[in-house]
Amino acid sequence: MTSDTSYLKADEMLLNMGPQHPSTHGVLRVVIRTDGEIIRHATPHIGYLHRCKEKIAETMTYPQYIPYTDRMDYLAAMSNNFAFCWAVEKLGGIATTERAEYIRVIVNELQRIASHLVAFGTYGLDMGAFTPFLYSFRERESIIDIFERLCGARLTYSYGRIGGLMRDLDEKSIDMTRRFVDDFDTKWDEYNDLLSNNEIFIKRTANVGVLPADVAIAYGCTGPMLRGSGVKHDLRKDDPYSIYDRFEFDVPVGEGKMGTVGDCWDRYWVRMAEMKESSRIIRQALDALPEGPYLNQKVGRIIKPAYGEIYFRAENPRGELGFYIVSVGEKKPYRCSVRAPSFCNLSVLTEMSHDTLIADMVAIIGSIDIVLGEVDR
Amino acid sequence: MTGALSNEPLWYQLLIAVIKASVLMGALLGVTGWLVLAERKIIAWLQGRPGPNRAGPMGLFQPVADVLKLLTKEESIPPFVNKILFIAAPAIITITAMVSYAIIPWGPNPVWGAISNLNLGVLLFLALSSLGVYSIVLAGWSSNSKYAVLGGLRATAQMISYELSLSMALLAAVMMAGTLNFQLIVEAQRPFWFILLQPLGFFIFFVSAIAESRRTPFDLPEAENELVAGFHTEYSAMKFALFFLGEYMGVILLSGIMATVYLGGYQGPILPGPVWMILKIAVLFFVFVWIRATYPRFRYDHLMQIGWKWLIPLAVLNLIITAVLCLTFPNLVPNAIH
Repeated sequence: MTSDTSYLKADEMLLNMGPQHPSTHGVLRVVIRTDGEIIRHATPHIGYLHRCKEKIAETMTYPQYIPYTDRMDYLAAMSNNFAFCWAVEKLGGIATTERAEYIRVIVNELQRIASHLVAFGTYGLDMGAFTPFLYSFRERESIIDIFERLCGARLTYSYGRIGGLMRDLDEKSIDMTRRFVDDFDTKWDEYNDLLSNNEIFIKRTANVGVLPADVAIAYGCTGPMLRGSGVKHDLRKDDPYSIYDRFEFDVPVGEGKMGTVGDCWDRYWVRMAEMKESSRIIRQALDALPEGPYLNQKVGRIIKPAYGEIYFRAENPRGELGFYIVSVGEKKPYRCSVRAPSFCNLSVLTEMSHDTLIADMVAIIGSIDIVLGEVDR
Repeated sequence: MTGALSNEPLWYQLLIAVIKASVLMGALLGVTGWLVLAERKIIAWLQGRPGPNRAGPMGLFQPVADVLKLLTKEESIPPFVNKILFIAAPAIITITAMVSYAIIPWGPNPVWGAISNLNLGVLLFLALSSLGVYSIVLAGWSSNSKYAVLGGLRATAQMISYELSLSMALLAAVMMAGTLNFQLIVEAQRPFWFILLQPLGFFIFFVSAIAESRRTPFDLPEAENELVAGFHTEYSAMKFALFFLGEYMGVILLSGIMATVYLGGYQGPILPGPVWMILKIAVLFFVFVWIRATYPRFRYDHLMQIGWKWLIPLAVLNLIITAVLCLTFPNLVPNAIH
């Protein structure tokens, strides 16, 4: 806001945005103190979707817990599955097969595209543009069709297994993936014509909700939130896990192309650019996909990792998903703690929404791209 | 009622007026439902999905189903509202929209061309559209709910700002035609349609018309992603339907005014006047829908900036250009005020 309205003495209004509100992306409740249209303070209240995920882990064997990871970040269930599998494999020193790792990377990146497509579509919806939403869901549909072929499910996949995968990636699925990736580039350009370069959209998002790099780091923001602020940090590059070091891809960061570094448009653009990079990784992985078993058959149903603890982190579509698992040599974890990227990213909301307009609030929440299932766990 | 019938007895004048009004209102109310369907179908087509297709062949009975649903729904009046204004608000918007149709000319005949061939037609249109603002304001205020109040406030500011540029754009056309009578404005376009002489005026009018009818990208008063449903958050059933009806009638009305003032109204070769009118309104309505499917929504302060810093200065500039044009080329617009 450029105009100074402080001389106007008006009553402030307490507005309860949510838990049922069209643009809080789930059951988030934000209590905002507004002065007319200007937000003076915003407090996010969470916990409406708390399902004791971490406590439940203590009562489950390791493989039994995989379906529960689906339901944290339900827009990136595959990535959650794999992150948990990688964590347990690292904890128990379990080897996977080469082919399984390649398929995991392919599926993980497809999931990243699917997740960012939802972020893109719903962000358009938040801005009042209805059409991008349907376009993005059309493309997401083809990814989900591939996943459905892989595991039969369309949202909560449980496709990862400790030591490999549930099923193999067959020829038809490879074909579908290739066709999707080839098709996606033209669609991506369409999205930019429709939304990214739209003057109204730029006005709504550029210079809005600016998150400086130091604040982002202080709050523990990760993923597109952190990269949007211009920090080049991607675990696939900086702390490579699985076989990510074998692929060539760039890490897009916010450059303040339309306004300030770290504004909503930057965060949005990082996601758009990441989809492009993901399709690059998928192409490389498809070309190098080796033959062989998709599951390490030596891994039994009961896994008893030795005494010890592990913190494994993976670069999820929303940021750094960490699994901290403590094992006491039992078939169940002694403690399993999850570092949810959405939770940390959401915590910076109050900081970002000072003295913005109500419409900006929607833009900011949308640009954080939260999944409440993960925030509350 | 003026001119042609003033020598006839009063009962005859009234009879003719009632016949004309019933025909138009009947057609209008009947058509609005299918216009909603048309809009949904067009948007669906633009978004690559089938759209409503369950009720009847190709979803043609969808409006019937919608109206039946809205009529049979329970009317709920929340206990915290100001009851009288809460009920009056949806009526105001529908009535003002309906009354405005009286002045749109559908043909050159002075008796049957329009319901009311009023000499001050332009003024009546502006007055009625200003009255329509009250509906939104009162709906927002009487609902006594926070989102509705915000929606109402936004609507007031928006509609008042954009009405200025709308009327100033209209004024330039009036200067060229030299009359406030819509039928005579159409007749003044015999040599050239005013869109050719007033491209800037048409643009200003169009943008203001979108804002005036509160549609994307100017749908801030009801911005469902920010204010849930804005000023009509607390409304349901038929009262909600009246708002809906008022909005659509407003869109057709503004398309009609645009067709009349800028696109030569009922003029056109071969086909009769009313058909040309309907065709022109249809084209403009399609553009309204097209814009809705394409653009995101403005932010409140941007909206005000566009209104006050761009459209109103442009409208003033347009007035000045028009005045100069009328004085330097008197043959181009013979009817202009000199």
